Amino acid sequence: MGKRVGMEVSIAAAEAVKQAGVDVISAYPITPQTHIVEHLSELVANGEMDAEFFCVESEHSALSVCVGSEATGARSFTCTSSQGLALMSEITYIASGLRLPIVMILSNRTLSAPLSIWNDHSDAMSIRDCGWIQFFTENGQEVYDHVFISYRLAEDRDVLLPVIINMDGFTLSHVIEPFEMIEQEKIDQFLPPYQPLYSLHPDHPITMGAFALPGIFAETKKVQEVAMWSSMPKILETWKAFGDMTGRYYKPIETYRAEDAETLLVTMGSFGETASVAVDMMRKEGRSVGLVKIRLWRPFPFDEFKRASLGAKRMVVIDRAVSVGGPGGPVASELRSALYGTDNRPTIYNFVAGISGRDVTPSDYIKMVDKAETEIEEGNKEGYEIYGVRE
Amino acid sequence: MTKPENEWTWKEIPVGNVVLEPGNASQYRTGDWKSLKPVLKKELCIHCGLCYIFCPDMAYNLDQESYFIADLFYCKGCGICAKECPTGAISMVVEEEAK
Repeated sequence: MGKRVGMEVSIAAAEAVKQAGVDVISAYPITPQTHIVEHLSELVANGEMDAEFFCVESEHSALSVCVGSEATGARSFTCTSSQGLALMSEITYIASGLRLPIVMILSNRTLSAPLSIWNDHSDAMSIRDCGWIQFFTENGQEVYDHVFISYRLAEDRDVLLPVIINMDGFTLSHVIEPFEMIEQEKIDQFLPPYQPLYSLHPDHPITMGAFALPGIFAETKKVQEVAMWSSMPKILETWKAFGDMTGRYYKPIETYRAEDAETLLVTMGSFGETASVAVDMMRKEGRSVGLVKIRLWRPFPFDEFKRASLGAKRMVVIDRAVSVGGPGGPVASELRSALYGTDNRPTIYNFVAGISGRDVTPSDYIKMVDKAETEIEEGNKEGYEIYGVRE
Repeated sequence: MTKPENEWTWKEIPVGNVVLEPGNASQYRTGDWKSLKPVLKKELCIHCGLCYIFCPDMAYNLDQESYFIADLFYCKGCGICAKECPTGAISMVVEEEAK
């Protein structure tokens, strides 16, 4: 077993980037991602990490540098939050279209306006369809572990897609947690050196990023879509290999006391841990409540989610972003689509909660379950509200 | 490309749409963008080569009689050659009317 240490999650994330043997780091500091970049720049400046650190003038350039370096065959890393992601969003589509296995940690933060530095998922949802594999992590250990998992997965010849590791800003990024660090020899075995399929080199000229006329564009998007769906078995395989190495096995959908539950809470990201406390409290009172946690957001694990929902009468889905003028939060509308057409599907009640870092405590989850159960009982089948708004 | 792009199936496309064959832009017919094409009056031509120099698509080539002639496979019909020709030897003509 690896060494167990107490560490800030951002620092541990940076240590993972070092241990993963990243060649190029290109990032621009933005709260709450800052500690990751700061620590990485220290590691490079102190000679503890053999990598190029690019101090760029914007996030647009940060990801553009990664696209360039990855295209030459260098393992590349960036991280950002909120407005930074909005600024690099143009390049997120390019990285996936070019099939460059960049890994990004997104320290989730609210998109302005009003200006806010706190945590929710509005940034991640703004680039939902950008073609990157997207994980939502629940705690610091998951962030640390998923750096290795992501590089091995992304660089797999059968995948070749960039990966975003979402971690909630502050809630995860700035807390000190116990970590089980993995020995370097084990990581080197788990994560072999990057062998690019194609790379830019003067001796073997190729073109990346050429334009495509309408006569071929649809075919290229089909290839990308097939690649994303084909990554699903690879994701499971990579998690299995990681579990065999560390004893920590990950799944696309995690359940907690959900098997016989009539009501299921559904969360994504760090809310899962608090929600599990609320589930324990409700179970203690004899209520039939369980928890479903979504770890893999893209490709969305439809089959696993359907299996997890079997037998439930209601689902209380907690979203961390508002889809203004849309059908509720983005997670809930996804889940409604997932279950549409299945028999005996649970009724979904949707709350947007904890936006811009507002605390959601175990008692808040209990209140949401109470409200949803009452409303559904009274016949409100399409319930949606922003939780806790003062009237 | 080894065959026209509208004949490629999705299974044949290299990962990331990478172009593996250097210089294959020469197979791209930009000539079908034009509505006007350059026509040379050889009696006015002084063989100065300004059309060749100014052509942004390098469509002009020297023929066996030392005239610069636009290759209509590439010529986009921009008219820069006609504008720059010091003797007015080149005129831009609507393509389907030109004989």
